[in-house]
Amino acid sequence: MTGAIGKPVPLVDGVEKVTGRARYTADLDSRDALVGRILRAPVSHGWILAVDTARAEALPGVIAVVTGQDCDMTFGVIPIAMNEYPMARDRIRYRGEPVAAVAALDAATAAQALELIEVEIEELPACYTPAQSRAPDATQLHDKKPGNLEREVHHTFGSVAEGFAEADLVCEEMFDCAEVNHAQMEPHAALAEYDPEEERLTLHSVTQVPFYVHLMLARCLGMDTSRVRVVKPFVGGGFGARTETLNFEIITALLARKVGGKVMMRLSREESFVTHRGRPATQVKLKLGLTKTGRITAVNCEVVMSGGAYAGYGLVTILYAGALLHGIYEIANVQYDGYRVYTNHPPCGAMRGHGTVDVRHAFECLLDRMARQLGLDPFAVRRANLLTAPMFTPNGLMVNSYGLDECLDKVEAASGWATRKGSLGPGRGLGLACSHYVSGAAKPVHWTGEPHAVVSMKLDFDGSVTVLTGASDIGQGSTTIVALAAAEVMSIDLGRIRVVTNDSVITPKDNGSYSSRVTFMVGNAAIGAARAMRAKLVAAAAKKLEVEPDEVECEGETFFVRGSSQSVLPFQDVAIAALAEEGTITVKGTFSTPVEAQGGKQRGGAVGSTMGFSYGAQVVEVSVDEATGQIDIERVWVALDCGFAINPLAVEGQIEGSVWMGMGQGLCEETHYIDGLPAHANLTDYRFPTIADAPPIDVHIVESIDPLGPFGAKEAGEGALSGFPPALVNAVADAMGVDVNFLPVTPDRLLEAMIKFARTQRRKETMT
Amino acid sequence: MGQGMKRVVSLKINGREVEEVVPDNLLLVDFLRDRQGLTGTKTGCDGGECGACTVLVNGRARLSCITLAASCDGSDIETIEGQAARGRLSALQRAFHQHLGAQCGFCTPGMIMASEALLRQNPSPDEAAIRTALGGNLCRCTGYVKIIKSVQAAAAEARS
Repeated sequence: MTGAIGKPVPLVDGVEKVTGRARYTADLDSRDALVGRILRAPVSHGWILAVDTARAEALPGVIAVVTGQDCDMTFGVIPIAMNEYPMARDRIRYRGEPVAAVAALDAATAAQALELIEVEIEELPACYTPAQSRAPDATQLHDKKPGNLEREVHHTFGSVAEGFAEADLVCEEMFDCAEVNHAQMEPHAALAEYDPEEERLTLHSVTQVPFYVHLMLARCLGMDTSRVRVVKPFVGGGFGARTETLNFEIITALLARKVGGKVMMRLSREESFVTHRGRPATQVKLKLGLTKTGRITAVNCEVVMSGGAYAGYGLVTILYAGALLHGIYEIANVQYDGYRVYTNHPPCGAMRGHGTVDVRHAFECLLDRMARQLGLDPFAVRRANLLTAPMFTPNGLMVNSYGLDECLDKVEAASGWATRKGSLGPGRGLGLACSHYVSGAAKPVHWTGEPHAVVSMKLDFDGSVTVLTGASDIGQGSTTIVALAAAEVMSIDLGRIRVVTNDSVITPKDNGSYSSRVTFMVGNAAIGAARAMRAKLVAAAAKKLEVEPDEVECEGETFFVRGSSQSVLPFQDVAIAALAEEGTITVKGTFSTPVEAQGGKQRGGAVGSTMGFSYGAQVVEVSVDEATGQIDIERVWVALDCGFAINPLAVEGQIEGSVWMGMGQGLCEETHYIDGLPAHANLTDYRFPTIADAPPIDVHIVESIDPLGPFGAKEAGEGALSGFPPALVNAVADAMGVDVNFLPVTPDRLLEAMIKFARTQRRKETMT
Repeated sequence: MGQGMKRVVSLKINGREVEEVVPDNLLLVDFLRDRQGLTGTKTGCDGGECGACTVLVNGRARLSCITLAASCDGSDIETIEGQAARGRLSALQRAFHQHLGAQCGFCTPGMIMASEALLRQNPSPDEAAIRTALGGNLCRCTGYVKIIKSVQAAAAEARS
């Protein structure tokens, strides 16, 4: 190591952010652009009989109107499940679904034009819950999907019957987790420009995966991919909302093509909520078998997700929920049954901790309760089930590094668990939970056989190093990781490196920012590129020093013969010598996932497969107001095994952010609909914790040094999230003696549960 | 637009005198972003919910998305673009950068402007005062831990 990595570094694009110079999509110059606006469906379900745009088109200042008739191609993230049109064509399936759109000279005219579009609809009965959707007489949302089942998954590993027979204690409980939304701070926006002379389209958007947007624009506009350019400016958070191509991106492009020019589309906060793709409302029925010593003998898990109106990412969500029952504890016998059900709500999708959060919640809550019954400490029951890496899980997931044991040790000591648990006084409690997450999907949904990541690098006459990557920095610090990897391998100053990102005409294709893949895959590709560049420089230095390349060392922007303090060559001289050989030097590095990381052979076995899992343990301390049910989070102790912290400052930031987002889901976040009308589509009703509620978070980084990770690193941005809600519920149980089976644990719900619990206790007392 | 009344407003933006004709219904945030090109001030919600648009009006933190530009006649407006002096970061900007008070950066301009208003009124705020002053500024990335730390660090630097 040469010192670039492993110490806290501010983000390389941080100055732009704190000065306001960072341009997000809505900030791009749109003085010569038309204003785009979308007309949205006023009903949850219905047939579109007619859309009359004549009056809108006649309004002075309106340049173009598009409707579902302008695009007959579906889009979607999963090649086998694209069943959504950018604008509804014959059928509306959720309230707020785009029906038409206008491009006008200004915002007021665009708004007025929307009111002049007449949509004739024949309403259909709507289903808002899986129970309604699965009722025998329910209206079917999609052809070939009887019972409104978008996808069902059944996986069996080992023998659960034998496992449960072996158990000393078997318990089953049902958990209900509300639907949540990413609520990233930046509302959605897109800027599209179409040049009819060149037949080229450029789209700037808020996406996490420009490559998917690129594919879907070409598909829906019937264009050759070579005529499309997608650029991602600064992005104000994503959390999964922007992994899929979103309808407004395609609509903006359709408008730009129709007007033969430029259209800026800025969605309102309400529209950003309606675009959704959040974590579905999920019901988890979980049955666990435990021996007296706390060893898990069998797991039976049934998950029902309320997926919304379209397929979206649903297939992957329901597969993840089952696959990541594995990979954290030693469990031989697992039965998983998953059902993703269509409803007349905005489509759900990927959200931080994709698919796993609600299942992990149920698991960690039930495990804790059963430990209590068996008289086992929450730490002991988890330690009884630890894995030993390297290993493969029954569903074929590779576990190459495993720091959960160390995570448990850290939070046990830091929280003072041994002395403080049970002695905090009335209304206060401690709860523990563990969690894990993948470091990138070993098989992407768009499987092309290409490497997962490519990073290019250029060294030129000025001695500057330019790194080109399609990896999307959405605030997580991936651009900084790429720069640090290059600086470390080449032993050069960070200031010498510039990273250029996310412009399809300049940067190599990247699979984007999802499933916490970037550090692992793009980090490795960056190391590969830097090694290739270093080799060229070392060769040039060796020639100048008249030694063999393997005798040359490079350190601190100098090259010298190993063991000799004589003849030290500065970087600039070596760069010039190298350039003399071939001119501007360009190299690249790639990363491909090893076959053994790509998952089991069962159907859907690729989902959950990864090169390395992060592992987390966290302890939450609560105080509960008995009179109101209000929960205060006093403190959180969290440890995350991220393999190796390339930038510990960013790792801490990611862990704190994950814990806090888990806290939001645990305490207060939930969407709400009234007859399909989103009623929490603003930042007041969709309540997440403010700075006033934010607890101190005591972060411990565990470094298990993954054999395949870049410098040993794994993911750090998602793994800690799913530990919070169960640690919270376990802490509430410790504080109040009440087990709750719902999320979020709002004061009204907790109060009701406490009253019910007290009543049951009294009844028990009078019976005896 | 077009309909409705217009008026001439004279104000100072980041120390520069500006005189413009504005419609009565033009919001300060749109005036700054669309008319002045000062896009550092962000729109994160549909009105008064998130604090991303916070600017200083006569030294006090104000939400520019629920402030009419016309009401700012004669006012002194400060935005994030006016915080650095000759390209050097202000104490708060430096602290937010060094301590990772900004992740995606979208809430950051509002967060820094609200913090600036606080530190001018109270150069040594305790943690409770920071939490109160920033209670209307939402962030979705950081969990606020490093935002609190950033404001504390800036205050400490200003004191030293």
